[in-house]
Amino acid sequence: MAIHREPSALGLYLRARTFERQCKGQSRNGMNDSPGPHLKTYVLIFFIVLFAPLGNVLLSKGMKGVGSAKNWVPSDIFHILASIITSGYIWLGIACLLTFFVAYMLVLTWADYSYVQPASSFSYAVVAMLGYFLLGEAVPPLRWIGISVICVGVFIVGHTHPRTAEKA
Amino acid sequence: MLEFLFLFIIVTAGTGGELCVSRAMKVVGEVHDFRPAAVVRFVFRAMRVGWMWIGIAMMTLAFFSLLAMLSIENVSFVVPVTALSYAAGALGAMLFLHERICPQRWLGVAIVCAGVTLVWLSRR
Repeated sequence: MAIHREPSALGLYLRARTFERQCKGQSRNGMNDSPGPHLKTYVLIFFIVLFAPLGNVLLSKGMKGVGSAKNWVPSDIFHILASIITSGYIWLGIACLLTFFVAYMLVLTWADYSYVQPASSFSYAVVAMLGYFLLGEAVPPLRWIGISVICVGVFIVGHTHPRTAEKA
Repeated sequence: MLEFLFLFIIVTAGTGGELCVSRAMKVVGEVHDFRPAAVVRFVFRAMRVGWMWIGIAMMTLAFFSLLAMLSIENVSFVVPVTALSYAAGALGAMLFLHERICPQRWLGVAIVCAGVTLVWLSRR
């Protein structure tokens, strides 16, 4: 029975070093052909799709609590900045966005950008779902259609190879 | 009207910030060594590039504009419309980094813009 071992730090390092070579010769599934990283890739993409929308939802929750400036005068803005810094939801949101960012950077050290970016396009749909279920936002059908169209567009953008953009 | 202003700042400052960081990264050079000490040295080297600080300043401005927009609009509206940065990114890469964008990417960008228009129209 094949044993799927987690790669060591040295393994990750070597894999990162060969990333450029992998980009030149794309693998069929957009990932390294060794069996180890597949589960890890799916877990990290799950983190990306979950933590970016969750971070934005928490920021939204925090900002709804802080409120909007009435006149946008300096004293109002200063008061709002003070409220932002002391809001737990804002800090939680920032922590989620940092988690997303770390997961995104990590997965790009072994998985292809053209595989990760289209997969992360689902986060636009997830943010609407979280807004609907967690914040009780009204999401009209036209918005769902628009979000679906955006997902398709991002999917296509992500499927263009990052190095197809040659110098003019 | 305020939403337009904030969206404009999020898209332009956010994309501009990314382009500046991208330019700074090209000055610093490609990362080959991923050991922690080498990564720390890389970060310090990046911090000595002026473009990096301009990029960070612009992304900070974009982040606070996002917070301001979230205080007046729903998150299910705000986040999807910020996808407009794909269009700004493609335009910026073409104009400032002199990259050639392939037709497939322009098609994707056009579809994203159509989706953003639909989401904008769904605003009450």
